[in-house]
Amino acid sequence: MKRLLLVCGVLLLLPAWLQAEPVRIGSKQFTESVILGEVARISARDVGVDAVHERELGGTSILWSALQHGDIDVYAEYTGTITHELLKGVAPDADIATLRAKLKPLGIGITDSLGFNNTYAIGMRADRAAQLHIRRISDLLAQPGLRFGFSNEFMDRADGWPGLRQRYGLPQTQVRGLDHTLSYRAVASGAVDAIDLYSTDAEIPYYHLRTLEDDRHYFPRYEAVYLYRLSLEHSAPAVVTALRQLAGRIDEDAMRRMNARVKLQGIKDGVVAADFLGVRADADGVGFWSRLLQRSVEHVKLVVLSLGLAIVLAIPLGILAARLQRLGQVVLGLTGILQTVPSLAMFVFMIPLFGIGTWPAVAALFFYSLLPIVRNTYAGLVGIAPELRESAAALGLPPGVRLREVELPMAMRSILAGVKIAAVINVGTATLAALIGAGGYGQPILTGIRLDDIGLILEGAVPAALLALLVQGVFEGIERWLTPRGLRIEARL
Amino acid sequence: MPLPDRDCLPDTGATSRAAFAMEHVSKRYGSVLALDDISLAFAAGSTTALIGSSGSGKSTVLRLLLGLEWPDQGCVRVDGQVLERSAVLALRRRVGYLTQDGGLFPHLTALGNLALLPRHLGWNAQRIRQRAHELAALTHLSPAVLERYPAELSGGQRQRVALMRGLMLDPDALLLDEPLGALDPIVRHELQDELKIIFDQLGKTVIVVTHDLAEAVWFADRLVLVRGGAVVQDGRFEDLRDRPASAFVTHFVQAQRRLPERSP
Repeated sequence: MKRLLLVCGVLLLLPAWLQAEPVRIGSKQFTESVILGEVARISARDVGVDAVHERELGGTSILWSALQHGDIDVYAEYTGTITHELLKGVAPDADIATLRAKLKPLGIGITDSLGFNNTYAIGMRADRAAQLHIRRISDLLAQPGLRFGFSNEFMDRADGWPGLRQRYGLPQTQVRGLDHTLSYRAVASGAVDAIDLYSTDAEIPYYHLRTLEDDRHYFPRYEAVYLYRLSLEHSAPAVVTALRQLAGRIDEDAMRRMNARVKLQGIKDGVVAADFLGVRADADGVGFWSRLLQRSVEHVKLVVLSLGLAIVLAIPLGILAARLQRLGQVVLGLTGILQTVPSLAMFVFMIPLFGIGTWPAVAALFFYSLLPIVRNTYAGLVGIAPELRESAAALGLPPGVRLREVELPMAMRSILAGVKIAAVINVGTATLAALIGAGGYGQPILTGIRLDDIGLILEGAVPAALLALLVQGVFEGIERWLTPRGLRIEARL
Repeated sequence: MPLPDRDCLPDTGATSRAAFAMEHVSKRYGSVLALDDISLAFAAGSTTALIGSSGSGKSTVLRLLLGLEWPDQGCVRVDGQVLERSAVLALRRRVGYLTQDGGLFPHLTALGNLALLPRHLGWNAQRIRQRAHELAALTHLSPAVLERYPAELSGGQRQRVALMRGLMLDPDALLLDEPLGALDPIVRHELQDELKIIFDQLGKTVIVVTHDLAEAVWFADRLVLVRGGAVVQDGRFEDLRDRPASAFVTHFVQAQRRLPERSP
């Protein structure tokens, strides 16, 4: 028992470090947004303000709520998204001055257009489009059998597929959700016939795609702008000035070239952004090992914190469940339901409560850890032979002493097995935490998927797998140490 | 939950002198009636054997006397007082209870098992060890065995340790539920001798449950034959043999197999 408390204490006290408060720039999970994030970060650095870039935080809703909650200060957004998704009661073609007035009460500022319009478009392989005589979106009406593969965001948003289908009366039924970075390969290989594009995507010329004309003017304008917290005008006015000065400087061609250099030539986004700004890129001082170390620290911190909290709550819950059968079924049911929430959704649900970064990720992992520990604590206690439980009662030991001295030690093996399962699951699930800015081994996996770079994916996946093995080994050691010797002897007989 | 005002009559005198008494107790497990309006009294310092077939309800008697179960009807008295839930911890500490499997905790050594309750009551390690060694001498157990885990003990050693655990606080009574039921004949015979000596030596109130008539006669002068949750006959062995209360008593007495006599 004392040993168990010791382990819990160490798990809880291990982390806890503070961070300075630089300007935080966010980016969505696609290359152009990451490049614009780097452009903002380097611009801030050039005016002497410390800035960090929380890369690839996920989709619009995550960035927008992070900006509103003050988890980030700046990110690049598109006017069409602002009018359709972020603000209520704004005309779809509202100009930037109107948006600025609408955003001000929210404490959010907006720059003028950076100089390019990255609207949605529908693209097909040029040869296939020519063969079917398709030039405009309305030409698709004549081909109801075509298969569409749309990015998940495009499938769902009001200004995406649902509205497009309605405006044109499109008859196609074979519509699948795909990751945007994978959809180019899907259309190139003929797995789907048409995909959604961003008009500045570098892959359009590379894969010989034809962009279909939006002949009914469905897609709104998507002028790139920076959104920033108005409080920045006081805390870091130089950064706001620098961002404003970027307005009008990036035209569509410049953006497509930058996208191509990162995505197709594999040049680092920081280098491309620095080249564009005409300044020197950061020295690439962070080597493989220190990068790995940093990610390991982030990853282990997530796992240890969430697991420690889960142990503290789940073991008492398991005890309660074993004591009060009816309540027990409720507790087991509830933790079971938590387990069925898709992991990505769980991470996103935590953002309104905890913002972005470490804490929402810890909260999500914490919820996932509950079930195995509660379940195994319950099973370990309920599995004790009734004669032994009664023997403790007949001795005249009070219930608390019976629990501490007899029942918990006998259930220890099962409880530890639950903690081990939770830990191993956590190591794997924590790779998703990068999507909400918590870093860890998920970061290179995310970038690797975006850039289609297997090496980068492995840079995250291999250490994650090794960590899972290590955790397994460590817990087997703890199990041996904590399982009473008498039970080990009994198990051998 | 016993309702004293309804089930327990005012002290009648007869049962108030008894160490343990049951008055018109019935106990039901689901559809099975384990005890059917049974009344019994056990005098302080006496040794009684409860005998009967499996499922006759004889173990339930012990469990009710310890407050491990509560009567559906009727009333349980200990030292004349109606047994209340608030009093069970104190009661159990004054009674040693031993079951067929011993109920030793596998995660503790034999000594750890013995120490559990005394340590909770504030005994220091030296006092616990001293008492354990006294009892080891009483039960003819080598003190070295006390360092072992239950899984490392033989069946006979396990029951000896379990008995010692019951005796640690020097209780007033011993309730034994088939204490030798799981042992091989030689060890069983050995322990029958030892237990008999211990009972006589310590002079405690002893109630031993067994389905073995010979063992019952060996331990106790008073036999209580239980069937279907009710007392069939309560008396000495000679009474059961010579003045059986029913055909079942005769049947039960004759069911003991005898070894063939050596032919002349």
